[in-house]
Amino acid sequence: MVAPAVLTDTTTAPAPVRRPRANTRKRPGGVDWLVLAFAIVAAILIVAPFYLIVVNSFKSPADYSNSGPLSLPTSFYTDGLVAFWNRVNFPEKVWNSFFIAGMTAVLAVLISVLNAFAIGIGRVKGRTWIVLLFLLANLLPQEALLYPLYFMAKAVGLYNNVWSVIIIFTVIQAAFGTYLLSAVYGTFPKEVLEAAAMDGASRWQILWRVIFPISRPTLSVLLIFFFIWTWNEFLIPLTFLVSNSTQTVPVAISVLQGDRLMDVTTTSASALLGLIPTLLFFLIFQRTLTRGITAGAVK
Amino acid sequence: MTAVPFVRPARSRRASLPPEEPLIPQRGRGGSGGYWLYLIPGLVLLTAVIVIPLVWNVYLTFTEYRGIRPPVWIGLENWVELFQDAKFWTSFINSVWMIVAMVVVPTLIGLLLAAFLFDIIGTKFGGRTASFLRASYYLPQILPAAIAGIVIGWILRPEDGALNEILTNIGLGNLAHNWLGSPDTALASIMVVLVWIQIGYPVVIFMAALQRVDPELYEAAELDGANWWQRFRAITVPSIRPEVYVVTLTCTIAALKVFGPVYVLTRGGPGTSTIVPAYYAYSEFFQAQQVGYGATIATALTVVIAIVAVFFIRAQNASERKERAGL
Repeated sequence: MVAPAVLTDTTTAPAPVRRPRANTRKRPGGVDWLVLAFAIVAAILIVAPFYLIVVNSFKSPADYSNSGPLSLPTSFYTDGLVAFWNRVNFPEKVWNSFFIAGMTAVLAVLISVLNAFAIGIGRVKGRTWIVLLFLLANLLPQEALLYPLYFMAKAVGLYNNVWSVIIIFTVIQAAFGTYLLSAVYGTFPKEVLEAAAMDGASRWQILWRVIFPISRPTLSVLLIFFFIWTWNEFLIPLTFLVSNSTQTVPVAISVLQGDRLMDVTTTSASALLGLIPTLLFFLIFQRTLTRGITAGAVK
Repeated sequence: MTAVPFVRPARSRRASLPPEEPLIPQRGRGGSGGYWLYLIPGLVLLTAVIVIPLVWNVYLTFTEYRGIRPPVWIGLENWVELFQDAKFWTSFINSVWMIVAMVVVPTLIGLLLAAFLFDIIGTKFGGRTASFLRASYYLPQILPAAIAGIVIGWILRPEDGALNEILTNIGLGNLAHNWLGSPDTALASIMVVLVWIQIGYPVVIFMAALQRVDPELYEAAELDGANWWQRFRAITVPSIRPEVYVVTLTCTIAALKVFGPVYVLTRGGPGTSTIVPAYYAYSEFFQAQQVGYGATIATALTVVIAIVAVFFIRAQNASERKERAGL
């Protein structure tokens, strides 16, 4: 998943697709129907793989070879799904993924807030370079850190431990968060801060009692993004989490792909289990997400 | 213009302050000194997890290191070998194909789809239809890249995959093919996966950007007799140029880093037909046990990404200056 557009302004509510005023709504002509048809065909092509995976996860292999991949299942067959679920101990994998992504998201938001407070509000000297340093940390290919990190994790006894992955992703996500939040805090309404200072609040109090609550909408968008990005990560969990008990959902599912015992519908069921959690997040977080993605990249 | 790329500072409604003054008024003359304390956790972690490993990785490029005995200094040997390594050049050419699949194709199609949704479907068939279609395009974006690879890999299975089954059922059985297992189609198959994953991202970003455009503009252009294509060229594309920069930059960097789908679908094979730098480095680290050489590949990739980022940011600043001069 690619980074969302940068939020530089937290006040823009998500703009719904603009409703045309009733009097300007024209009757669609022939070309318009053609465009609609094109857009619908594109949508069908993009959604088709999801349909195929859902439909074929509930077929027996025999049903699949008789009636082909496009038809609905003739009977509700869950053996493939159950077999794979037990084989990877799916609840354990979901918990690992959830723990890593959740911990990382919370810690990364915390670090981002502290950094952005110093850079955006405190305007420390050389802040442009500090922000650039953080941004570069986020752009680096992970392969350029992989082996030294692997070596370090082994040296401190965190290899094959979820905490190694949590620490690494906390830093990578906080790098992006710092870059983004510094821009947001740099335009923080000054009057509010002055009023708080007049009332005798210390910097620490102003941060947690004024700035933190006011910027909560931005922070919740960041939290969700960090969670989903970390959930979706692959290379570092693949390298660091080698035993069954520590693996994340994407790693556990991909490791079993070449397996001889996986018939066609079991493999389909494994893909289904891989996409269900993210579909759920999407439905739960959709409103916040669209706000985060569509908040103007450029004002 | 600050050096922070792809963000135009929001026009502040604050009374202007000297640039080095903190936003919280000072009691006494602390300056911004005390704020450094807040940066300590972030900078310590950044040093431990990013800076030290990065420097260490660069050091490893000058060594022979098999991961067991300590590294042996060999000077520039890895770098000389890298420039003569056909596999490395193949991996970079494949990276260019990844950029085609993740940047060029999705951006062009995304531009067209966003304009269609905004300018035709949204106005003639209602906003709900447009929103619904936009959500369908975005769906693959939410999957972990590795899982997206598994989904499409399942459809492309050689003997009993859905695509070959469908082809056989509609009488085109002779087109059925081992898509991922033959060198002539493996790279194209991976590109299809990436296009499928990426397509929704530009659509969503561009549609959001189009909300800024005043509908009156379109109406005025229409009254002046401009056809759809002229409106697209004269209004739609220029209005969302900044977003086009953001999308091309972030996606180009993501395309250079592609790993998950390649690992899941082909492991760089058959032969070296789908190898990419990220996977090549990984396989040198953990399969060939040539850590020094893997580090060299990873460092070369880092340099390329840095060059791309700098190039984009400069191009963007130049185009912004031009725009301002033109106004």
